Amino acid sequence: MQTAKEEHIKNDMSQLSVLERLEILADAAKYDASCASSGTAKRDSRDGKGLGSTAGMGICHAYAPDGRCISLLKLLLTNHCIFDCHYCVNRKSSNVRRARFTPREVVDLTLSFYRRNYIEGLFLSSGIVRTASHTMEQLIEVARSLREDHDFRGYIHLKTIPEAEAELVERAGRWADRVSINVELPTEQGLARLAPDKKTRQIEGAMGTVRDAIVAGKDASARYRSAPRFAPAGQSTQMVVGADGTNDTQIVERASTLYRGFGLRRVYYSAFSPIPSSSAVLPLKRPPLLREHRLYQSDWLIRFYGFSTSDVRRAAGPEGMLPLDIDPKLAWALESREVFPVDLNRAPREMLLRVPGLGTKAVDAILAARRHRTLRLEDVARLTVSVRKLRPFVTTTDWRPVTLLDRADLRAQLAPKPKQLELFA
Amino acid sequence: MIVATLQEPDDFEAWRDEARRLVSQGHAPHEVSWRDAAESEDLFAAPPAHTFSPAPATSARTVRANRAFLDQAHLAILHRDGARLDLLYRILWRLQDEPRLLGDPADPDAGALHRLVRQVRRDIHKMRAFLRFRAMPEDTGPPRYLAWFEPDHRIERANAAFFRDRFASQRWSILTPRLTLHWDGKSLNEAPPARREDVPAHDATEDLWLGYYRSIFNPARLKVGAMVKEMPRRYWKNLPEAAQIPALIAGAQQREAAMIATGAPPADEPAPTTREALADGIAQCRRCPIGCNGTAPVLGEGPLDPPLLILGEQPGDTEERTGRPFVGPAGELLNAHLTRAGIARAQAYVTNAVKHFKFERQGRRLLHQNPTANEIDHCRWWLEAERALVRPRAILALGASAGRALLGRTPSIGRERGCPIPLPDGTPMWLTVHPSYLLRLNGAASTRETERFKADLALVSAHLARENRLHTPA
Repeated sequence: MQTAKEEHIKNDMSQLSVLERLEILADAAKYDASCASSGTAKRDSRDGKGLGSTAGMGICHAYAPDGRCISLLKLLLTNHCIFDCHYCVNRKSSNVRRARFTPREVVDLTLSFYRRNYIEGLFLSSGIVRTASHTMEQLIEVARSLREDHDFRGYIHLKTIPEAEAELVERAGRWADRVSINVELPTEQGLARLAPDKKTRQIEGAMGTVRDAIVAGKDASARYRSAPRFAPAGQSTQMVVGADGTNDTQIVERASTLYRGFGLRRVYYSAFSPIPSSSAVLPLKRPPLLREHRLYQSDWLIRFYGFSTSDVRRAAGPEGMLPLDIDPKLAWALESREVFPVDLNRAPREMLLRVPGLGTKAVDAILAARRHRTLRLEDVARLTVSVRKLRPFVTTTDWRPVTLLDRADLRAQLAPKPKQLELFA
Repeated sequence: MIVATLQEPDDFEAWRDEARRLVSQGHAPHEVSWRDAAESEDLFAAPPAHTFSPAPATSARTVRANRAFLDQAHLAILHRDGARLDLLYRILWRLQDEPRLLGDPADPDAGALHRLVRQVRRDIHKMRAFLRFRAMPEDTGPPRYLAWFEPDHRIERANAAFFRDRFASQRWSILTPRLTLHWDGKSLNEAPPARREDVPAHDATEDLWLGYYRSIFNPARLKVGAMVKEMPRRYWKNLPEAAQIPALIAGAQQREAAMIATGAPPADEPAPTTREALADGIAQCRRCPIGCNGTAPVLGEGPLDPPLLILGEQPGDTEERTGRPFVGPAGELLNAHLTRAGIARAQAYVTNAVKHFKFERQGRRLLHQNPTANEIDHCRWWLEAERALVRPRAILALGASAGRALLGRTPSIGRERGCPIPLPDGTPMWLTVHPSYLLRLNGAASTRETERFKADLALVSAHLARENRLHTPA
């Protein structure tokens, strides 16, 4: 049985060119939302040996017409898979074209793309062939060869397979800048229904292993300069949004638990998008892309604006769904009018961050500017993108929103004019 | 009016020396006019800045500038805006009395400086992102990598270190309209400007990159605005992959139009709620290849609110011709077993997981072919609508395909037969083999499997008898 399958794989490899297989395996990888290449250790190859560099900020080398950044060569080693997860285009029962690269081929592709300044590095994932551990070893071999055989100093992100042996997950972090394990669905019930081969406990176990290894690695590097680095860009995860009935509040709470529990750098949300040959267990209606965007915004509010999950719950309203027509911060402000208006000349940073229309940069600018002057509305206008959205919520020396805040139609006033947002979404 | 001329527009040190001298001599900003040598109308007529008679030494004073200003001025001077030099001088002048000037973003001069710096930084970043090398084979050794790039501002020199640190082990040249940078593996050299044509016209690896760009794009989520914001059109002419963008956008729009023409995804329509609507919908369904093969659909038959729904896999050719489920050889065998088990077929609703006949033509014969998991999953939407309409109190699933249609996963019959499996809505489901399986067996296997099939039916029969007592108390 196994050999028949291997034979089959060999066949389609001999028939397909590198370009054809690249197209199949990049196409298969595009449902992974993450593309970041930032936040890793600083490296360069000024010494004339090796290839590549990394800085704090990743670089997006191109953008696709779907608006997404292309920073890494994002590939599957193979899209053959023994699992049957309903939301996944590569599931066993899907009739997509299958292909496979050898580790060597992926190494060569990565290097030749990197030398031409197409990419910052590699993001490698895989369908599961034979066993989870076998697949994981193949992924690790790519990263090892890049680092050891070619002295590659660019970015490597490995998708880790939670069902593989823990020792392999740890090895992955030796070579990779970032490792990630997808929690796939926000709830255990969702996972049981849509990804019958996966288990929440196993996924979280693997994430725990990575967290411990990262902590241990940091601890070691603090004491010994030569200690090997372990995944310096940390670990991240991804959740498919809209494939089951989980509401936004539940998703944000789950994400917040994951951030806390596993020290994650990022939780990515991927709006379930109707995939070719999708399974009928899924809702066939596409969740609006805007929902994914609102979830990222609330993620930001929690990570950089001092919001709590209960603030997000307040913004989401009784149904637990964030409004699509206005952003979550404005939604929260409309539900929390008692704390407004905020005096831009006196309010502390935490309060300024709560004002709709003020981002972290604008808040820093206001804090800097008010050391020099008392702010008028026109000063504020110079420091922010738009003062229109701001006005109902703030006071300055020459501005006071006397009645605005009490108006019942404030939301209608501030919501963007309806337009056809996603003609082809 | 003093005219101060900068010979090289990105020479910060020259500007700083001259500006420091002019400030120390007390020349207020309105007395000084800064020019770039290349941009003055008459290059040679303009008197060199240093020829201006120095102000009396008594008025000379120490010129101070803080770190923040120097950092920002280093970048701002690279901007193409001719007014940048006057702005920098004005800020340096004001800094002498207002050392915290740059800390106030609401100040118009400080704001203008921030803007210049931001635009230069962005240009530096975009050059790092959008520059593309092509490999040029060399007679000996590894290839040389050449790139043509047209920056908005004068950032070439300032950016050279980035490319050296990243690609120190390969030889490369960056060609721009202003100057050329060469890295030979050891040192960085400058040369006069070059032309776009000096870069090789082709690189085989570029075809792979173009293919990658086409494939990584998700046509289901077109966001052209977001793309253009980060990758403005003016960069496209030097990005090989950008030539494909119009075709990709057009393709995505066509794909969407085709989806609308062939019927939007089912969930956008409400599920049919009458038998007629269900029959019409199934007859017109073209959502999977079986629906498109030109055969007539076979609908379920039997009473509504039945005690039992019997689910098969798909119609065969007898069923297709008569338009009724389970009337071929497998249907006859099923009828015989139902009768023996005491289940009245007339009281059950009988239907299939897949509503059309899938076949392979072999000469004149149409050979039955199993539906794929994917086809079963597609047809599941109809089955759910049918179940909602028929409301059976129990279900008997014949074969793994029927099981998949109800459970959403392919069950193992050997492990899961013999006890009811509750469906999400609570309906109990029994799983057994399809009668056509029994027809294919002979000898001991046939006897053994027939016995197991009978046992499964007996369990269902017993359940129906219990239910019957509950529902119609004698």
